[in-house]
Amino acid sequence: MPLSNIASLFGRSPIKPIEKHMATAHEASADLIPFFDALMQGDLAEAEKVQKRISASENRADDLKRDLRLHLPDSLFMPVSRTDLLELLRAQDEVANTAQDIAGLAVGRKMEIPAPLQPLMKTFVDSAVATSEQALRAINELDELLESGFAGREVDIAQRMTEELDNLERKSDKLEVEIRAALFKIEKDLPPVDVIFLYRVIEWIGDLADRAHSVGNRLQLLLAR
Amino acid sequence: MEILSQYGTILLILACVFGFFMAWGVGANDVANAMGTSVGSRALTIRQAILIAAVFEFAGAYLAGGEVTATIRKGIIDSEVFAGQPELLVYGMLSALLAAGTWLLIASVLGWPVSTTHSIVGAIVGFSAVGISADAVSWGKVGSIVASWVVSPVLAGTISFLLFRSVQRLILNTEDPFANAKRYIPFYMFAAGWMVAMVTLTKGLKHVLKDAKIELSFIQDAGIAALVALLVAGIGVAMLKRIKRDPEREKGNRFANVERLFAILMVFTACAMAFAHGSNDVANAVGPLAAVVSTVQSGAVVAKATMPSWILLLGGLGIVIGLATYGFKVMATIGRKITELTPSRGFAAELAAASTVVLASGTGLPVSTTHTLVGAVLGVGLARGIGALNLRMVSTIAVSWVVTLPAGAGIAIVFFFFFKGVFG
Repeated sequence: MPLSNIASLFGRSPIKPIEKHMATAHEASADLIPFFDALMQGDLAEAEKVQKRISASENRADDLKRDLRLHLPDSLFMPVSRTDLLELLRAQDEVANTAQDIAGLAVGRKMEIPAPLQPLMKTFVDSAVATSEQALRAINELDELLESGFAGREVDIAQRMTEELDNLERKSDKLEVEIRAALFKIEKDLPPVDVIFLYRVIEWIGDLADRAHSVGNRLQLLLAR
Repeated sequence: MEILSQYGTILLILACVFGFFMAWGVGANDVANAMGTSVGSRALTIRQAILIAAVFEFAGAYLAGGEVTATIRKGIIDSEVFAGQPELLVYGMLSALLAAGTWLLIASVLGWPVSTTHSIVGAIVGFSAVGISADAVSWGKVGSIVASWVVSPVLAGTISFLLFRSVQRLILNTEDPFANAKRYIPFYMFAAGWMVAMVTLTKGLKHVLKDAKIELSFIQDAGIAALVALLVAGIGVAMLKRIKRDPEREKGNRFANVERLFAILMVFTACAMAFAHGSNDVANAVGPLAAVVSTVQSGAVVAKATMPSWILLLGGLGIVIGLATYGFKVMATIGRKITELTPSRGFAAELAAASTVVLASGTGLPVSTTHTLVGAVLGVGLARGIGALNLRMVSTIAVSWVVTLPAGAGIAIVFFFFFKGVFG
């Protein structure tokens, strides 16, 4: 007997799923570290394996995104704005997409990272992934924010985390300038087409940090109400 | 007159059966709604919830249910109109019970959140307005009852909003939520205890105390209630002491241990909720039954009649059996479905709803416990405390409102003429 009861008043909270989505997106970007390690060691087989893993993470993030969108009907009354939440979700999804694009391009071109560039490249990738990790950390505050009713100290904690995100993104920007300058110095000794795509991968790694940073921005907008 | 003496026994038996059926329905569905929030927030197991419900529903009905029962029994109708034809009142009350029961059954199958209270009030108004005459209804009283249906969810929502805001300020948004929770939760326990004790003293035990020739002033009542509440808070403090901070649990969510403290508080508010529900909703089953019993036994419509305690006992028993045979299933379903409500919110909703319902019981207004609880949950939601609330439920309630009153009335009218035809 389909008895009507108080339970139908409660919708599915989007908070846990959105945290899970960010965790999955970060899984994709975090795999860029072993990916570039393999690339720099010239181990293309390993790089392809990691690239498949990144693609799989991105797919899972897509599924989570679709599921979340489907469960956010207009009639849902939430402590945060529905539009802000969907924008946050889109920003998170971009992190996974960018990671997938980077790995896809590098594998497709069987990319080699020139030896003089390698130490700097490693720092740069680490820095971009650190930005995405910090975004995940900030997003993980959402359940605590919900618990405190999106007010008071918890908001301050989340704000501090997004400020840290600003710093990390700035650091990535600086590294991007440095690595481009380093590439510029050696570019005439390399095949020109390879150089073009090296510049592009560098740009996209910079984008990854930007996208992770914009997750923080979206979170700030969500909290400013 | 002869009809009542001729068919008195069979009418009495019918009334008992219908009243019991109604009480069973209240126990099977309404109690589960009232207690479901506690089960859903994992503050109580189903077994514990049933135990608390059995004890406190009963206590609420027995100690504070008198006023609402009186309203259902003789407040909605104008008993003078029935003076010459007491059998019509008996038929009417029988058909009201049967109609409300039937309508609840239909609505349950359709999955509509209809209220027992609305059904029974609609049925009583229906049979007296159409079956007798429009003058047979005390429209003023009906008006205030209908108004209370709007006021009670709004009031509960306001109280829960303020309660949750106070929790945010005093506990959640502080440096050390765990220590502050231990410090402030006993005050909420005190409030719950005081409220229940106060209503019991001023309403339920009024007659008992009068018989014992004890006159208590409001201040004295408040003082005694405060002593009871202190005792309640004392038990609460002892229970809170046993909860130790467990760093393991804080890894996922820093508030995990704080919620364990609120779960203790929720045991107390669940008791208050069951008490409030008993004080208001048992009347739906017992009120019409009491009207039939007093009319059949005295052979006339008596305005002032003492209610035999076996009637309340029957109502309480029906509720407990309803709970034990079917309500636990509903409660399990509700508990499984409500996963987003944590004890710090659940308590605020329950305490607000219980306070509102107990207040209504004290004034003799039959309100819908479920709708009041919905209002209280929305209040917490407005304080940004709940992840997602389904507002469609609110519009469904509004529709069920509009449908239940005429439906209850219509079915009651059909049964009324049926009984009139059968018994003459």
